Amino acid sequence: MIVVAFVSFSLFNFVGDPVISLTGEDSSIERQAEVREAIGLNDPVYIQFSRFLGNVIQGDFGISYQLKREVSDLIAERMPATLELVFVSALLAIIVGVILGVYTGIHRDSFVSNVILVISLAGVSLPTFIIGIMLIYLFSVILGVLPSFGRGEVIDLGFWSTGFLTISGLKALILPSVTLSLFQMTYVIRLVRAEMMEILQTDYIKFAKARGIKKNTINYKHALKNGLIPVITITGINIGTLIAFSIITETVFQWPGMGLLFINAVYFVDIPIMSAYMIMVAFIFVMINFIVDITYYFIDPRIRIKDEMS
Amino acid sequence: MLLKTFNKIYDTDVGYSFFNSKIAIISSTIMFIIFLCSVFAGVVAPYNPFDPASISLMDAFTPPSWSEGGSSSFILGTDQQGRDMLSTMIYGSRISLIVGFASILFAMVLGVFLGVTAGYIGGRYEIIVMRLTDVQLTIPSILMALLVNGIAKSVISQSMHSEMAIYVLIFAIGISEWPQFARVSRASTLVEKNKEYVSASRIIGLSNIIIMFKHILPNILRPLLVIATIGLALAIITESTLSFLGVGVPPTTPSLGTLIRFGNSFLFSGEWWITFFPAIFLIVLALSINLLGDWMRDALNPKLKIR
Repeated sequence: MIVVAFVSFSLFNFVGDPVISLTGEDSSIERQAEVREAIGLNDPVYIQFSRFLGNVIQGDFGISYQLKREVSDLIAERMPATLELVFVSALLAIIVGVILGVYTGIHRDSFVSNVILVISLAGVSLPTFIIGIMLIYLFSVILGVLPSFGRGEVIDLGFWSTGFLTISGLKALILPSVTLSLFQMTYVIRLVRAEMMEILQTDYIKFAKARGIKKNTINYKHALKNGLIPVITITGINIGTLIAFSIITETVFQWPGMGLLFINAVYFVDIPIMSAYMIMVAFIFVMINFIVDITYYFIDPRIRIKDEMS
Repeated sequence: MLLKTFNKIYDTDVGYSFFNSKIAIISSTIMFIIFLCSVFAGVVAPYNPFDPASISLMDAFTPPSWSEGGSSSFILGTDQQGRDMLSTMIYGSRISLIVGFASILFAMVLGVFLGVTAGYIGGRYEIIVMRLTDVQLTIPSILMALLVNGIAKSVISQSMHSEMAIYVLIFAIGISEWPQFARVSRASTLVEKNKEYVSASRIIGLSNIIIMFKHILPNILRPLLVIATIGLALAIITESTLSFLGVGVPPTTPSLGTLIRFGNSFLFSGEWWITFFPAIFLIVLALSINLLGDWMRDALNPKLKIR
């Protein structure tokens, strides 16, 4: 975290001249000196860095060069859109992925399983943006049933603007979230399938069969429970990947989220937004890793027992 | 003579497995054709899309030859500037492949160097390198590439940028892919390090650098080759994604991703072919490299064969 903060701080300070970015190319030298003094660029580096850290902790990332607005406001405005998108697609990837993975794991050689696997292989090779474009072409241009860009109507809840409550908002959510989840879904399918196939060979499943327990009970109650453990890790990593890939999806669908903000910042070399986004993403990554570690503890009794014994 | 070499190749394990795998033959043929086309783009392509004399705005938006209004001189139609789609795609794939190969080479040199030295030297150096790869592996490569690209963009002045863009891109993708190489080469080095030939060369007083890169490196090349192949597909996809987002190669030298991006804005007015053909081309390229990598992983891994 600190490393990322330092990198983005040095980016902010040493890359280009922030004074010129703030005052404009043709401002007078006196004005530049004034601004330089005002934002404290004459202080030693370590004081500047500690001030930067202090500001970041208070949620103050400075002012965007291009939009001339507080970066924290911009991000707070855009964050709900991205988080809603990521949440829905993570949910979609897990639910559909687990269902299909269990199916292909149990019915190993059936025709349907093979079709699912071939499609999932294609899903790995297909770049996200191409999936998005194809979906737009199919559903918006040819069929004309779903909107191709934006969030639709949103309801403002004060601190959070949500698209969940309106029909057009939900409709607008379908294509981007499907696009975003497809890639992750293929991973979940393959993972769950491999896990299920392995677990169904183990002794305790054979024993359960010998005891005459119903097949469905074995498959869904005994096997699936153990098969889901790695899914949690993958989901944790996935949410990070989903946030990264949301940049692409948001560009394709012009979804007004953080990713679009970031991409525009890269175009216009808007460093405050870039560094703020970097810190945000690093923070989210650290949090996710932490949460995944904790969930492990609760879900997998083996880790708990090992801890208690030592 | 030729037949003899062919038989010799066929007799090896890998050769046998290659000629008995339909997927390997088909995908490598497709790859080979695409490579040839892009290397000899000037000869193969019907037009030169960068020669202003050969393009005319009058020809813009010609649909593919088989659909209504198409012209037989432009097989896959033309784009918004009247460039022949087929030629533009061939030239575009050249850029995509150059960037893909160069960035994988960069990632491989960096990753293998750090991995082998980390595995061989060990100690604190190893811990630092491995921690670095761990940290970087948690960050998705596309995000890493975007960040590096964004930083580079702000360091390099705007006028220099369009010339430097392709090198920046290679660097950005290379940086995002190296941890894979470092991990695998470290793991293999740890195994090789304790073998007798390494002790022997140490006894006869060879320097560590020679042992590392002349004796250990050739023995760990197989797994690295597999990663490089799969990494190539990834690098090409990353490149096209970055270009699609508009932060990749400059529009004057369009890669496949840039072409898709241009075409995307014409999707709604019905000019589907501008986006469609580069997209299909990219998918076929990435899929065939991926399939070849899959096959290589099985063929080069003796452990899987015994089973």
